Formats: sequence, C-alpha cells, structure tokens
Amino acid sequence: MRHWWKALAIILLLYTLIAGLLIPVPKQVILYESIRNLYFHVPMWFTMIFLFFMSVINSVKNLSSNNLTHDTKAKELVNAGIVFGVLGIITGSIWAKYTWGAWWVNDVKLNGSAITMLIYLAYVVLRGSLEDEQKRARISAVYNIFAFVLLLVFIGILPRVTDSLHPGNGGNPGFNNYDLDDNMKLVFYPAVLGWILLGWWIASIRIRISNLSQKLEA
Amino acid sequence: MKYLNLFTLLLVSIAVKAESVQMAETMRSEGKIYVVIAVLAIILLGLIVYLITIDKKLGKLEKEINN
Repeated sequence: MRHWWKALAIILLLYTLIAGLLIPVPKQVILYESIRNLYFHVPMWFTMIFLFFMSVINSVKNLSSNNLTHDTKAKELVNAGIVFGVLGIITGSIWAKYTWGAWWVNDVKLNGSAITMLIYLAYVVLRGSLEDEQKRARISAVYNIFAFVLLLVFIGILPRVTDSLHPGNGGNPGFNNYDLDDNMKLVFYPAVLGWILLGWWIASIRIRISNLSQKLEA
Repeated sequence: MKYLNLFTLLLVSIAVKAESVQMAETMRSEGKIYVVIAVLAIILLGLIVYLITIDKKLGKLEKEINN
C-alpha cells in the first residue's frame, strides 16, 4: 500500500468539505458563514508554501550533488505550487470583496503574496531562458533559494510587523486567539493536511511526466 | 378581471413570502445545505477520479518506457 497517502488525501478532503459546511462556526459580524472559507482559502497558501519549501530543499540538494533529478523535482514543485498560489489569490479576492468591501485592498499580505507570485513566475521565465541543462539547474537553484527567502519576508515577516487586515498579522489577533474555536480546529487542521497531500500528489505526477519526457528526449 | 386580481394577489403573496426567508437558517432547517454538499462532493470526487486515472495511465507509460 504505497498509495495510502493518496487515499488519506481523498478522505481528508471529503471530510473537509462535509464537516466544513456542516459543523457550527463562531458567530461573527461581517464574516458570518464566510468564516468557513478558512478551510479552503488558507490551505491553498499552506500547500503553496509547502511545495515551494520542498522545491528549495531539492534546489539545495542539486547544488550540493549536481544531480539533475533534484532539478526536475524543484522545477515541478514550483509549477504545482504556483497553481495553488493563484487559487489562493482568487479565493482571497472573492472573500475580501464580501468582507473588506473590495476585490483588492492595499494590505501588506495581499501585495506581498502578489509579489511572491511574480517572483516565482520569474523563476519559470528564468528557466525558460537558459539552454544549457547544468547551467540552468545551478542558476535556477540559486534563484530558488533567493525566492524562498523573499517569500518568508513578504508572507511571513512583513505582514506581522506592519498593520494588516489579515488575522494574526500586525495589530490583528489571529484566528487561533479566540475566533478559531475547537470546532474549527477539528476541520482546519485535517483540511490543511488534506490539501497539502493533494498538492504533493499533483506535483509528483508532474515530476514523473517530466522524468519520462527527459528519458524520451535522451 | 377577476382572474387578474387573483393572479396579482398570488404574485404579491409569493413576493412577501420570499422576503421573509432567512437564507442560512432555511438552508439548514429545510436541509438544502445538503444539496450544496452533494454537488461539491461530486465535483471533488470527479476531479479525484480523474487524477487517479491520470496517475494510472502515467504508471503504465512508465512501465512501457522503462522496460
């Protein structure tokens, strides 16, 4: 049963969907039922960060071993991560419209995540512009490390030191302080794990396709 | 004319009824949230089944090419 984690992903996602819509949530003005977006919007970002983190690990491995299989993994993990980042931005934009009043507000975390997406798109462009395999692997690995550090700054640090509309950032108390009650934790943590496993599944398929096409080209 | 009046009355009564509906409460009390869950679950399961078939196809291709 080497596919057990895929089955776990399916079970967790189904659970997230059903329990996420049915289990009672804290009654909050402005948010109302939209608080349930927490189970879907936030895990998109967690999954993206997880995939980018796995990617940077592979980039470091590539730099220390010069083994191109790590480079393939790093590339496809970023590709899959970008999809989740885009989903995070779109779902966040819809949520923002109906709680903060606009599709896009000048919030540090929003602008930070948009910049992060551009940084990672630049990674894809950078790879496309380099012909030589070895050179491409090394240069993009170095860039990937730089990109991940910027991600930590833009999503992890800056929103916490300035004012942000997002909970847990700036002067804004986090969901886990009083909003995220035990009921919500019961759904939120499995949701995060489920979405991360799904992201990993999609990335692994991309890696395998990439490996096959390289084999066919060789 | 009589029928027209009756019809207007019917429309008004429907409109009044619609105004008094409380969305989230009604969805639960009448169980319609389950409709949404069913739709979303089918979409999710459909996509997952699709992902599984892609995974399997890829596995076959890997076997063919690696042998």
